[in-house]
Amino acid sequence: MITVENLTKRYGPHPAVDDVSFQCEPGTVTGFLGPNGAGKSTTMRMICGLTTPTAGRATVSGHPYQELPNPGREVGVLLDASAQHAGRTGREALTLSAYTMGLDRREVAAKLDLVGLNAVAAKRRVRAYSLGMRQRLGLAHALLGDPRVLILDEPANGLDPEGIFWMRGLLRDFADRGGTVLLSSHLLREVEAVADRLVVIGGGRIVAQGDKNELLAGGGTVVRARDSAALRRALEVANLSAADSSEGLLVQADAEAVGQAAADAGVALAELRPASGGGLEQLFLTLTAGESTKEAVR
Amino acid sequence: MTTTTAPAAGAVAPRHHTPVRRPSLLRLTGVEVRKLVDTRAGRWLMITIGLATAAIVTLQLIYAGDADQTFLNFFVPSLLPVSVLLPVLGILSITSEWSQRTALTTYALVPRRERVVAAKLIAVSLTALASVLTSLAVAAVGTLVASATGGAGTWQFDWSLILNAAVLQVTSVLMGAAFGLLLLNPPLAIVGYLLLPTLWGVLGEMVKPLRGPSEWLDTSKTMEPLFSSDAVTGGQWGRIAVSLLVWMVLPLAAGLFRTLRREVS
Repeated sequence: MITVENLTKRYGPHPAVDDVSFQCEPGTVTGFLGPNGAGKSTTMRMICGLTTPTAGRATVSGHPYQELPNPGREVGVLLDASAQHAGRTGREALTLSAYTMGLDRREVAAKLDLVGLNAVAAKRRVRAYSLGMRQRLGLAHALLGDPRVLILDEPANGLDPEGIFWMRGLLRDFADRGGTVLLSSHLLREVEAVADRLVVIGGGRIVAQGDKNELLAGGGTVVRARDSAALRRALEVANLSAADSSEGLLVQADAEAVGQAAADAGVALAELRPASGGGLEQLFLTLTAGESTKEAVR
Repeated sequence: MTTTTAPAAGAVAPRHHTPVRRPSLLRLTGVEVRKLVDTRAGRWLMITIGLATAAIVTLQLIYAGDADQTFLNFFVPSLLPVSVLLPVLGILSITSEWSQRTALTTYALVPRRERVVAAKLIAVSLTALASVLTSLAVAAVGTLVASATGGAGTWQFDWSLILNAAVLQVTSVLMGAAFGLLLLNPPLAIVGYLLLPTLWGVLGEMVKPLRGPSEWLDTSKTMEPLFSSDAVTGGQWGRIAVSLLVWMVLPLAAGLFRTLRREVS
């Protein structure tokens, strides 16, 4: 469980994070989305007590991070996979943390195995690791203390497609067993596959948050029929507003309602699907478009 | 998907464990000692410190007159190169966390940063004490060799010298650590540590009005009695204390303040 209440961080007059509040429940994966520089990392560092907030507070499992007696056993943190001593071996980096947390040495080998770093890789110095290997090491590090909460900043960065697929499975599994995951990314697609909830941040402020399906459904349904005039009439009868789009008619309703309307009027459909990316992607793209649009989408 | 990367069932299940205790200072000190030697750079710095001691004693064996080849004459000069290298160890112990960005991991695992800093200071102090033992051992070997090869090989020396040596080496390493804490950047801290006291020493020589204060504030002067075989007087201890207050205690306090507040990223 992670609770963030009105977190604010100012660097000079410029607010990097502005009054951000959200909650991550056990058993869920929360995707923390936003363009580069939106304040995702700063928020995560404030949750982990590494950056002092200007205002507001954050708790992990009910306690401020600094008050957790042995944080590594409660919350696994991966904020930057490159933040490892280049001259240490992967195994040594984990061993130091295992010893700090008071864990059995066997945990190190178990977690290295879990993330797919074999004995040869574990003995190499981190300097020689690819970004993907560093991410795996960072994930092993986050999982080391068998925490109940995971806080991961861009963990898929540098992973190959197979690695991303593997990581999704791992995080899904972790949440399904009652764990809490907060996962940041600037790529909507990457998070979409695994997250239950989304928190979207732009310019330091939360612009959208809620259930993933609800947010993604915001885009409506695309429907296409050979006889588009008949389809349009059918939708009118069902009191559904439709707009033209390059892909067909864009209807502000779910696929079930649209399909029923068409069936009632006896119109054969050629295509029926949720609008691609939905409103969230639109929102997301608008966010990345620049400073001036940020106010408009709020 | 390969078998090596398949998540093992249950392996990532969040466990509900018994209340966990915070890591003890002893445990944290153990971790910091390990960090001093688990990289190539750290290991070589340790080896260099040992070699410097051995080199000094060897040179004495070759070039010093037979009458001067005593335990005392082996031990005291071997302290000097070590007291120059130890501060570098102190500086790197503190600053490498920031230059290598491991602070992100270290302070996420131990958010009470003052405990990490305390563990580091204890770890480097223990290293300094170990260096004194090394100096004693190497000097003893030198003395044995000397008595076998015609040197004086006398063992006579005052036990207070060991205390002096311990004070010298521990304060050297802590002064380095203090500069590291204050500047949090390896090159800056090393240059600052080497330059500032030297600059002060030179100024003390050149500028007449500074000569008085420099008697109290120039560590190279105040620490000098620690090298001599005569007992250190109360007045000399006073000067040592005053110079350490300026070059060790103040930077330690300011550096701790800075480290506790600094944003880790």
